[in-house]
Amino acid sequence: MADVLKRVPVREQDAKERAANFEEVCYGYNKEEAMEEAARCINCKNAKCITGCPVAINIPGFIAQVKEGNIEEAYKVIGESSALPAICGRVCPQESQCECKCIRGIKGDPVSIGKLERFVADYALEHDIKPAKADKTNGHKVAVIGSGPSGLTCAGDLAKLGYEVTVFEALHELGGVLVYGIPEFRLPKEKVVKKEIEKVKELGVKFETNVVIGKSTTIDQLMEEEDFEAVFIGSGAGLPMFMGIPGETANGVFSANEYLTRSNLMKAFDDNYDTPIAAGKKVAVVGGGNVAMDAARTALRLGAEVHIVYRRSEAELPARVEEVHHAKEEGVIFDLLTNPKEIHVDENGWVKGMTVIKMELGEPDASGRRRPVEIPGSEYEIELDTVIMSLGTSPNPLIASTTKGLETNRRKCIVAEEENGQTSKAAVFAGGDAVTGAATVILAMGAGKAGAKGIHELLSEK
Amino acid sequence: MYKILKAEKLAANIYLMDVEAPRVAKHCEPGQFVIVKMDEKGERIPLTICDYDREAGIVTIVFQPVGASTTKMTNLKAGDAFRDFTGPLGRPSEFVEEDVEELKKKKFLFVAGGVGAAPVYPQVKWLKEHGIDVDVIVGSKTKDLLILEKEMEAVAGNYYPCTDDGTYGHAGMVTTMVDELVEKGNKYDVCVAIGPMIMMKFTCLTTKKHDIPTIVSMNPIMVDGTGMCGACRVIVGGEVKFACVDGPEFDGHLVDFDNAMKRQQMYKTQEGRAMLKVQEGDTHHGGCGNCGGEN
Ligand SMILES: Cc1cc2nc3c(=O)[nH]c(=O)nc-3n(C[C@H](O)[C@H](O)[C@H](O)COP(=O)(O)OP(=O)(O)OC[C@H]3O[C@@H](n4cnc5c(N)ncnc54)[C@H](O)[C@@H]3O)c2cc1C
Ligand SMILES: Cc1cc2nc3c(=O)[nH]c(=O)nc-3n(C[C@H](O)[C@H](O)[C@H](O)COP(=O)(O)OP(=O)(O)OC[C@H]3O[C@@H](n4cnc5c(N)ncnc54)[C@H](O)[C@@H]3O)c2cc1C
Ligand code: SF4
Ligand code: FES
Repeated sequence: MADVLKRVPVREQDAKERAANFEEVCYGYNKEEAMEEAARCINCKNAKCITGCPVAINIPGFIAQVKEGNIEEAYKVIGESSALPAICGRVCPQESQCECKCIRGIKGDPVSIGKLERFVADYALEHDIKPAKADKTNGHKVAVIGSGPSGLTCAGDLAKLGYEVTVFEALHELGGVLVYGIPEFRLPKEKVVKKEIEKVKELGVKFETNVVIGKSTTIDQLMEEEDFEAVFIGSGAGLPMFMGIPGETANGVFSANEYLTRSNLMKAFDDNYDTPIAAGKKVAVVGGGNVAMDAARTALRLGAEVHIVYRRSEAELPARVEEVHHAKEEGVIFDLLTNPKEIHVDENGWVKGMTVIKMELGEPDASGRRRPVEIPGSEYEIELDTVIMSLGTSPNPLIASTTKGLETNRRKCIVAEEENGQTSKAAVFAGGDAVTGAATVILAMGAGKAGAKGIHELLSEK
Repeated sequence: MYKILKAEKLAANIYLMDVEAPRVAKHCEPGQFVIVKMDEKGERIPLTICDYDREAGIVTIVFQPVGASTTKMTNLKAGDAFRDFTGPLGRPSEFVEEDVEELKKKKFLFVAGGVGAAPVYPQVKWLKEHGIDVDVIVGSKTKDLLILEKEMEAVAGNYYPCTDDGTYGHAGMVTTMVDELVEKGNKYDVCVAIGPMIMMKFTCLTTKKHDIPTIVSMNPIMVDGTGMCGACRVIVGGEVKFACVDGPEFDGHLVDFDNAMKRQQMYKTQEGRAMLKVQEGDTHHGGCGNCGGEN
């Protein structure tokens, strides 16, 4: 009999091997393993895990179906609240959401809710289980801007209700951060992302790529000239920040967005694709979030020695615990409590090194985390050829600046109601990173659902 | 897919294409650019919009093969299509938003270098359509490489072709032509210089000497063209700008050209390798260490 205090371990690709390829790291559960893990759930009446889930998935409900081996039923339960379970099962920070609330966690491991969700969703993808399509359209036209998780979810929900939805995407591929940001080894593109998007297409949603709203056309024009009755803005927070330190425009200094876009969207890691990437031999990634981990592990796979340079300590790393753990296993070196001061440039304009300074933690700041302060005189130099800046992103001002009457806040985020996505402009809704600033897939998905609800409330009254 | 309606070789190393892209054609203005992608595996290549026909939904591009991707593009014929064609990107030229009556009081000088004649053309044409005649200098290495002569002559007030080797028009670089016009007593309020970075750099040094405010169109390496990656960083007046959203046109007297030129070389050796692959097909495998392809 297995120890009920321990979760069923999940199979993973060997750390040494995977450090040199782009195949998915985690293999996930098979049906037997999933059923065994599901049996650990005690089906709490007042299930705490649900309160930790931003979209309140009926967690004990779907796990109970897995326990019985009714995977299709389990999928339906998840589908009531989540549109992209194969993705969320892989990228949600479960340890700080549902799993940290799980009763089992008080004495032992919490139930592996994320891995179970992923198993159910993958099963549905493999067995071609699909959400039901609307019988007929209701004749109302809705435009969705951006094909990230918020836009996809909003479009899917509206299509199920019979709306004629067109998604406009600036890039040449669909998926937003799911295709240009999060790497293949964490979120397979063909096997998972493309298939989830296929499902949205099958609901009747139309997609137009290469349309930059604010440039190729505007929201006002979509409504006035193309007869869209409502618009949902899910344009994300894609603008990278830099530190403003000397040497930052040198060759070999990239934003994480550029580095990851070259590798993921343009597939520069694959020799069959034309876009180049300067992989680097010794790379520093500045930052400690998911984006930093992804950039670091990408550089590692392209053959570099990689250092994460982060100004706080391990406890404050904002990345998912699993990613930090995987990064360490693969050989990423963590230079914690360290902050860059200056990048050194050689005579050809390339990075040759960086001066960093040691930090210590002081009083807690507004975010509740202890503020890092420099230790005077502790500067030292490291030799490098590549620096990847992963300091966070902010929303692109393009849409706000080209849409009459659309209000934004100090952080350039679009102002929208949480429960229905309504913005300051009539019939225009928004959600996801464009509203919250860089956040998570599940929150973006939840906002897409709220936006669909808001649009439905508006248009069904017409 | 974005269909190519016309593909023409303008000169030994310069190609023109008319592409069906109704959304771009409807909204573009002089000074803006598009990003094209040939196929699934291709790079995203920024190219300035050279002309447009709003009714027919057509955008004209002119390009020069300099690396692997632009070289592959020369194989495309009428009837073929680009997989992706995004735009219009970047800001329109400043004058597009200015009051036409004010513009009429200004004297413009356009300076184009090589393929730069293509992006200069729609600006000169726009001004002509709004009743403003401008002086245009177009330079090239030699007579055979001058492009869009007929078109440019038709819309320019005064047209001054120059060739480095003296085979046609004024003999010498565009900068010597600028000097000559100013010395003849021409007064200019604005100069717009577009061409290779090195040509823009020297044109700016010349116009600075004559105290003529100058606008240049920067062509750094780009990826998305929407402000998402920062590959297109240029230093203008000591500040970092993203050319794809803040530009591509900037005050040339404030641009750090030396930094920009170094940044443009970032992928030089890698591209050299990609280029060999295109030219030699399967015979090139790289990594032999003898061809300089490594490092
Ligand atoms: C590298 C990386 C790793 C991450 N890892 C995780 C993780 O492990 N777990 C997690 O929960 N979250 C993670 N995130 C965050 C998560 O991906 C985002 O919060 C989420 O994708 C936001 O979704 P969205 O729909 O709001 O926007 P996005 O996914 O950003 O999509 C916006 C889309 O809109 C398009 N667009 C923008 N402007 C326009 C315009 N003007 N016209 C037309 N289209 C436009 C964009 O091209 C893009 O496709 C990560 C983010 C990154 C960058
Ligand atoms: C806003 C913008 C507008 C542009 N408009 C045009 C246009 O209208 N017509 C056109 O022909 N090109 C234009 N360019 C340049 C064009 O995008 C590049 O030539 C092209 O991307 C090169 O792609 P490649 O892969 O073939 O060559 P790459 O592999 O990128 O480069 C090969 C070699 O050429 C050099 N190189 C790269 N870019 C340039 C450049 N811009 N000028 C000179 N040398 C360069 C590199 O240093 C490298 O050594 C524009 C660029 C920008 C950013
Ligand atoms: S808290 Fe844990 S044990 Fe209780 S229902 Fe949720 S997953 Fe099951
Ligand atoms: S090209 Fe990516 S930000 Fe300008």
